[in-house]
Amino acid sequence: MATTTTPVPDASPISGSRTFLSRLTDGDEIARAITFVFAASVVLITVLLVLSLWQGSVLARHKFGFSFFVTQVWDPNAGIFGALPFIYGTLVTAIVSLLIAVPLGIGAAIFLAELAPARVSDTLEFFIDLLAAVPSVIYGVLGIFLIVPLMRSYIEPALKKTLGFLPLFQGPAYGIGFLTAGIVLAVMIIPYIISVSREVLLSVPRDQREAALSLGSTRWESTWKVVVPFARTGIMGSIFLALARALGETMAVTMVIGNTPKISASLLASGYSIAAAIANEFNEASSPLHSQALIELGLVLFLLTFILNGLARLLILATSQRGSGMGNA
Amino acid sequence: MNARLRWRKFVSNFMLTMTGVCALVSVAVLFFILGCLVYQGGTSINWDFFTKLPVPVGETGGGMANAIVGTGELLLLATLFGVPIGFFGAIYLAEFSGSTTAFVVRYAADLLNGVPSIVIGIFAYAVAVAPFKHFSTYAGGFALGMMMIPITLRSTEEFLLAVPRTLREGAMALGASKWKTIATVIVPAAYRGILTAVLLAVARVAGETAPLLFTAFGNTYWSRGLKDATASLPAVIYSYALSPYEDWHRQAWAAGLVLLVLVLVINIVARGILSRGISVPRS
Repeated sequence: MATTTTPVPDASPISGSRTFLSRLTDGDEIARAITFVFAASVVLITVLLVLSLWQGSVLARHKFGFSFFVTQVWDPNAGIFGALPFIYGTLVTAIVSLLIAVPLGIGAAIFLAELAPARVSDTLEFFIDLLAAVPSVIYGVLGIFLIVPLMRSYIEPALKKTLGFLPLFQGPAYGIGFLTAGIVLAVMIIPYIISVSREVLLSVPRDQREAALSLGSTRWESTWKVVVPFARTGIMGSIFLALARALGETMAVTMVIGNTPKISASLLASGYSIAAAIANEFNEASSPLHSQALIELGLVLFLLTFILNGLARLLILATSQRGSGMGNA
Repeated sequence: MNARLRWRKFVSNFMLTMTGVCALVSVAVLFFILGCLVYQGGTSINWDFFTKLPVPVGETGGGMANAIVGTGELLLLATLFGVPIGFFGAIYLAEFSGSTTAFVVRYAADLLNGVPSIVIGIFAYAVAVAPFKHFSTYAGGFALGMMMIPITLRSTEEFLLAVPRTLREGAMALGASKWKTIATVIVPAAYRGILTAVLLAVARVAGETAPLLFTAFGNTYWSRGLKDATASLPAVIYSYALSPYEDWHRQAWAAGLVLLVLVLVINIVARGILSRGISVPRS
């Protein structure tokens, strides 16, 4: 409305005229200092955490070096500590869980973002959020008492009968093992995939869909060939996030994986994961070297999840920015 | 041509139905879990469960009073440790800090948020158990509190930043100093959001087991104070479920039901507080 731009009086001369002393008596400097201490302590705790893992594993790191990651033997009595069976178990269960959770999670996210009316979508999302809040130990209880017997009596024998020629499905069906742990993990990470993918899909601009539909594609074609590719990086981000969760998950896996430090090609065999090894052995570590090796396992787990979480955040950020950028244009 | 179109429409309808099935299956899992726990554990919940100590194997009755109180104590300690750091840290980020400091603090918080809970347990052991040579409720509270910090910090900051600029300027124009503006205008305007964040953080750590294994440890009796090891619901569920006794399995189901209901109720209350509207109009 104004034709001439009246120069807005800059705020700086005013605040400049307030001396440090006046700000101190106002309490502003005190408030700033106090809150700064709390904010700094967040950084301090994080740094301490990394330092303590690094320092706490110094013996093991020096003694085993890189061979820690390729040695298959974990024998606390003989003082030999190789992390390979744990790394293998962690990766295998995580991969199995992703194979189940990704299609299901993305499917559900597509439904919530593309098809369901806003009210239905929000209600279902509310339940999905609650599902994400279910404590891991409860998944473990259900795993032990429901899924393990189910796997032992029905699913694993059936798998052996139909796919038994593959090395993946051989050996006795105990019910516990990589496959069961993977299935329990899958149920646990699905909510994360759904929530994040739904957000990402919702951030895809409307005109993308409309353009595809107006060119004659069906609803599914517009979703699968236009909307999903547009949101691809963000969906990848949600998968990485879920993968980081799966790697670090402790209780449920400990309860159903079998806790045997062995590498087996068969998914029906029992194994061990990094987190489960720490949970089971840390309190009963027989020697300083044993507990140091366990702390080094913790360090490995920390680094894995750190890298995955970082990548996930970058990918999700990239998509949402792309979405909002296109939307404004 | 027509057949091709019909095929494409069929594929479209089929795949869209499948996505609906995926969504239903995922949501059904929640009700399945709840139903299972009620079915298996509901019958073992009675007055004794909340008021009595566990009894040795073979004896009937007994409860989990010590674990329930222990979980309460742990959550209280965790809140006392984690929430002030998260809350005041968020005030610094939202109101005082420059962009570089804010970036560093946010980055640290996000990193902390992603740390697997078992690794938090190792750290809490090194800091709060090893120097004192015994497990304690304090150590458990410290571990859980650490996990609450990033959740409280990031959400509180978001809600503080959502307070409209006009409110700040109004307070400043009336001559209030910055901290007075924060204490009397900004924080009250954002309190619903902050309360939600705190409750969600409590719910998130209430079911954590892994960090407690090496810190609060467990206890079959009443804890003799906060310096002593204490039982907690998640840890009891874990050890009872792995035991070979039928009786204990039933107790584990019952404790699982109590824990799940606790976590879900906190979650629902937290979201309820938020959805009744942030108390400031967004302008």
